Amino acid sequence: MLNKPLLTQETPVAIQVSDLKKNFGEHRVLKGVSLTARVGDVVAIIGGSGSGKSTMLRCINFLEAPSGGEIRIGDEAVRMRPDGAPSDRRQLERLRQSLGMVFQDFNLWTHKTVLENLIEVPVHVLKIPKDQAIERARETLKRVGLAEKEGAYPAFMSGGQQQRAAIARALCVEPKAMLFDEPTSALDPELVGEVLQVIRSLADEGRTMVLVTHEMRFAREVASHVIYLHNGIIEEEGPPEQLFGAPKSPRLQQFLRSLG
Amino acid sequence: MICPSASQLSSLALLGFGDCGWGAVLLAGFVNSLLIAIGAYALGFIIGITGAFGKLYGGPVGRDLWASYTTLVRAVPELVLILILYYAVPGLINEMLVSIGHGRIDLPQFVTGIIVLSVVQGAYQTEVLRGAIIAVPQGQIQAARAMGMSPAQVARRVIFPLMTANAVPGLGNQWLNATKDTALLAVIGFAELSKATYLASSATKAFFTFYSASMLLYLIMSLISIYFFGRIEKWARKGQRSSAR
Repeated sequence: MLNKPLLTQETPVAIQVSDLKKNFGEHRVLKGVSLTARVGDVVAIIGGSGSGKSTMLRCINFLEAPSGGEIRIGDEAVRMRPDGAPSDRRQLERLRQSLGMVFQDFNLWTHKTVLENLIEVPVHVLKIPKDQAIERARETLKRVGLAEKEGAYPAFMSGGQQQRAAIARALCVEPKAMLFDEPTSALDPELVGEVLQVIRSLADEGRTMVLVTHEMRFAREVASHVIYLHNGIIEEEGPPEQLFGAPKSPRLQQFLRSLG
Repeated sequence: MICPSASQLSSLALLGFGDCGWGAVLLAGFVNSLLIAIGAYALGFIIGITGAFGKLYGGPVGRDLWASYTTLVRAVPELVLILILYYAVPGLINEMLVSIGHGRIDLPQFVTGIIVLSVVQGAYQTEVLRGAIIAVPQGQIQAARAMGMSPAQVARRVIFPLMTANAVPGLGNQWLNATKDTALLAVIGFAELSKATYLASSATKAFFTFYSASMLLYLIMSLISIYFFGRIEKWARKGQRSSAR
């Protein structure tokens, strides 16, 4: 099944994954999956535990090296060796700088304050003047509701605050697309809402994102395209109304039922 | 000047810096010990950090080489190792040098002492630092890579600062060991604090006085070190919640 672009065919592609395969030893986690995110798309990847959805996302920026297939970021294919390992470190680093990633466990740098976390990559990797980076970081913090937390260390903040700070950190590199790896799965239930609200506001301003999530209602509301993964293959995909409203695959029907 | 016999002198006079006192000898021994410890510790740290990264990321060959080194050095008693490294190895190297038509190299005892102890320090510090690197949360390293940092930047900006907090207690131990391992150099005749104490006490028969004084010097050195390592640890732990208080 082909991805149905939300906008027009002319909208440029932000992320394209083609026939991606990933093995861990003998275990085939991804058996040839594809995904296209055009600029402005919000692609949600859903699926049960062990379906390969996180691995698929982590292959996009090569935190996991694919075993086969092709990844394109913008109009560039990530150069890789036949075994899938990236072959051009500098190209990969440059492409990674255009992707903001948000993790399940936040992964803020614990030895730095919130503000230091936000300016780390802009100042030391992107070489933006420090005062300019600080100014942008403060604006971003205000936007995620953490203006008064800039001097705090991550260990002294709630999970919801840490995740909002992590989103702000990803935003500070002015990414062309954002990757979310189960951003609310490690949060206490009462903190999920504040994080989803921030992500929703990003979707509303037309940011391109690929989102692995367990929050089905949220996926239905914000996604422009939903992919259901099962055992390393795309079992079904399409616009959210179709996937959640009238799922065709028995497995997806069962999956949605099991979530109640 | 002819000194009165030791029994006629007070402890203070024996430890003094006058013509009949042994204070200068003791102090020189203490300074020697301290310099050797600093040198061996610093060189050991360079070996240790190289070894730790080598053991973790050095590929199969590097890993095996570093593993043989740490296993061997930690398996042999330090005293034996010092004798081997001081007497056997230089002889071997010089024989090799002579056989290829090169002249012999004779390093000053001070330099050999530092090198010998640094080999021991390096093996233990490799393990301390390797443990400290392993304990850095993988997620924080991944976040750095995901944002496009180069391997060198990840090491410098994320791994080093985070591993410091983990490494300081172990490195503090190793420093205390380094200060006391210098005493082993007495067996090769090097005039460090223990040797100086032995010379002074056997010449004057005032064993209690000199060994007490030397113990006090070791103790002062340890207490100051412990204080400074405590400060360093507190600094390195910034941003972390204390787990026990």
